[in-house]
Amino acid sequence: MKIDDIAKILDGEILTQNTDLQREVYAACGSDMMSDVLAYVKNQAVLLTGLNNLMVIRTAQMMDMLCVVFVRGKKPNQTIIDMADENEITVITTDKTMFAACGLLYGHGLREASDEQ
Amino acid sequence: MSSDIVLTYDISGEEFSLAGEASVDLKGRLKLMGIPAATIRRATIALYEAEINLVIHASGGQITVFINPQYIKMKVKDDGPGIEDIPLAMSEGYSTATDEVRTLGFGAGMGLPNMKKYTDEFDISSSIGVGTEINMSVYI
Repeated sequence: MKIDDIAKILDGEILTQNTDLQREVYAACGSDMMSDVLAYVKNQAVLLTGLNNLMVIRTAQMMDMLCVVFVRGKKPNQTIIDMADENEITVITTDKTMFAACGLLYGHGLREASDEQ
Repeated sequence: MSSDIVLTYDISGEEFSLAGEASVDLKGRLKLMGIPAATIRRATIALYEAEINLVIHASGGQITVFINPQYIKMKVKDDGPGIEDIPLAMSEGYSTATDEVRTLGFGAGMGLPNMKKYTDEFDISSSIGVGTEINMSVYI
């Protein structure tokens, strides 16, 4: 699924300016606990979260994730958006709840990834 | 060990949002060295968890990284309160982190288990009132 499609499916707003929206995402993970996110290594994944702080982007960066979706209308501040832009991580905000956002992406065929190792 | 590249990081325990800067720096350097992405990810996730722990539990500490063509070796040392029961601390879901840390998305009790999971060698030693030392390696 392309990042552009994720934004459309979630009726979301793309906050980063310079990332490639045509990149393909193969897996998704929804969590507010960054340590849980770190427990699952995935390639080219999207993270959905209700947590709104800098550590979300840093965690995504560690995991080589391509996209972060802030659910329930959370809007990260400019520092967070800039950091994501610098690291080529697309930031999307959506008014959908975590449950609905995950359900919509799942319904469109996106799945959680298994450990690559 | 004389041919190893050695990197040292002093981690401040004062600002939680700065936790992870050493891991980000290491990640950039390993990329420039042409090390495979999956190997880099395993090493830097383990170090990231260690950095978070230094800030959450120990008011900071020191990280030393040794890199050679065979492995990435990371030594993480602090003068914090120490860990009373290491096997308990190593179990998934066990945490002594504060509620404040949890609201930031950490303290799920996955830090030490994740470090062990992502590294090829993992060793931890700790003394109450003295501090904790973790040595972990990822083979290249």
